[in-house]
Amino acid sequence: MSSETLNFEAVQIGDQLAPREVPITAALVVGGAVASRDFTPVHHDRKAAQQAGLPDVFMNILTSNGLVGSYVTNWAGPDSTTKKIDLKLGSPNLPGFVMTISGEVVAKDDALGTVEIAVLGENNVWGMHMQAKVQIELPRSA
Amino acid sequence: MTAADRQALEEQIYAYVGRAIGQPKKSMDDVNVAMIRQWAEVMGDESSIYFDQQRASTTAKGGIIAPPSMLQVWSMEGYPMAASPAVDEQRALHQIFDSFGFTGVLGTNTSTEMYRDLRPGDSVTSQTTIDTISEQKATARGIGYFIETVTVFTDQHGEAVGRQVFRVLKFIPNESNGQGAQDSTEQSGTPAPPVRIPSPRGQDNGWWWQAVDAGKVLIQRCKSCSTLRHPPRPMCGQCQSVEWDSIESALAGEVYSFTTLYHPKVPGYHYPLCCAVIELAEGTRLVANIVGIDHDAVTIGMKVQGKVEQVDEKTMLPQFYPA
Repeated sequence: MSSETLNFEAVQIGDQLAPREVPITAALVVGGAVASRDFTPVHHDRKAAQQAGLPDVFMNILTSNGLVGSYVTNWAGPDSTTKKIDLKLGSPNLPGFVMTISGEVVAKDDALGTVEIAVLGENNVWGMHMQAKVQIELPRSA
Repeated sequence: MTAADRQALEEQIYAYVGRAIGQPKKSMDDVNVAMIRQWAEVMGDESSIYFDQQRASTTAKGGIIAPPSMLQVWSMEGYPMAASPAVDEQRALHQIFDSFGFTGVLGTNTSTEMYRDLRPGDSVTSQTTIDTISEQKATARGIGYFIETVTVFTDQHGEAVGRQVFRVLKFIPNESNGQGAQDSTEQSGTPAPPVRIPSPRGQDNGWWWQAVDAGKVLIQRCKSCSTLRHPPRPMCGQCQSVEWDSIESALAGEVYSFTTLYHPKVPGYHYPLCCAVIELAEGTRLVANIVGIDHDAVTIGMKVQGKVEQVDEKTMLPQFYPA
């Protein structure tokens, strides 16, 4: 077992995860689209994004999902197992914005050994970009 | 759209419910370290179990795994979709919507369950089914329908490894609404700061807002019985006269009631946002924001003084300060 992982017993409802600031850049938008093999033009071609009514390329859903995933597993550690990510999307993330991701433990399931984290990603221009509920299984202390 | 159009649309779209969008599709690449590493770099994954075989082998995972949030990636079509996306049942469904003017598409929700960790060498096959199509809804983006698809992911042994529900809104874009209408500055491409929702100005109240634009708050007065009234309306509630003029308010008053808004944060406004009903010294009441004081310190009955101020690039509004 790795010592970097939180134990189920050590996590309490109400625990806050340290906020993470994510500067939204063209590199992140396009890099995220490519890493997720999403070549929909609005995620790499500014003209296509403008035809779709937005001023610039915008983050794809898989990247938002991936940022939620990394935010929670960076906190929980390598022995944790993500079981479910429920993601609700709000305003788009565009280059030049800064998104702040925050999280809080909102539930614990003793039988399953899982905790539920409510994650919020808000950008500084349009507000709520995403809200997520993540279920993650944590190892129990030996 | 006419009732006949709507019926024609709904007959066609609801026929798609329950249909698989195509044959089960095997991922072009097995789960592999190169794609995992590229993903982890972009997402800021710090966990060694995604890219460091030696470190990963010391964890409970016993070796490299794919980030769980990466599940959908193994089903993506990849580069060809930029030029000529494959035509499947889902695209055919979207084209029906498009032909009826429902050209907007917006992903609203995904829900992904992971049944086990995926490791390099695993082969993922996905199959997507059109699960539900909602009834017609009026949304902030425009009139539309929510389409939910369910994708089941299986491995090389035919065992299910995950399931994803994806919800999109197909809608008639609403020109005057939503972020599509945001201005942007041409040179930088950075969106202009959002402004407040413009006041609706009709025949009965346009004059009142024009006075606000000029820095004045007016109160409508009945010409026949001199009763003051606000908000503006065509007829006196006391004597039913439709003859009126107005007086200028000195904007002295007190807090009649208030509430503080935290969520949702509508672009263009500063939160927490204290919204109050102000009882003016003249006797009418006015809804406005209280500023210049911590919202926790606002109390009912508190004396306030208003000023008409420019609150963003396009908006003049009366705001109230502690007197």
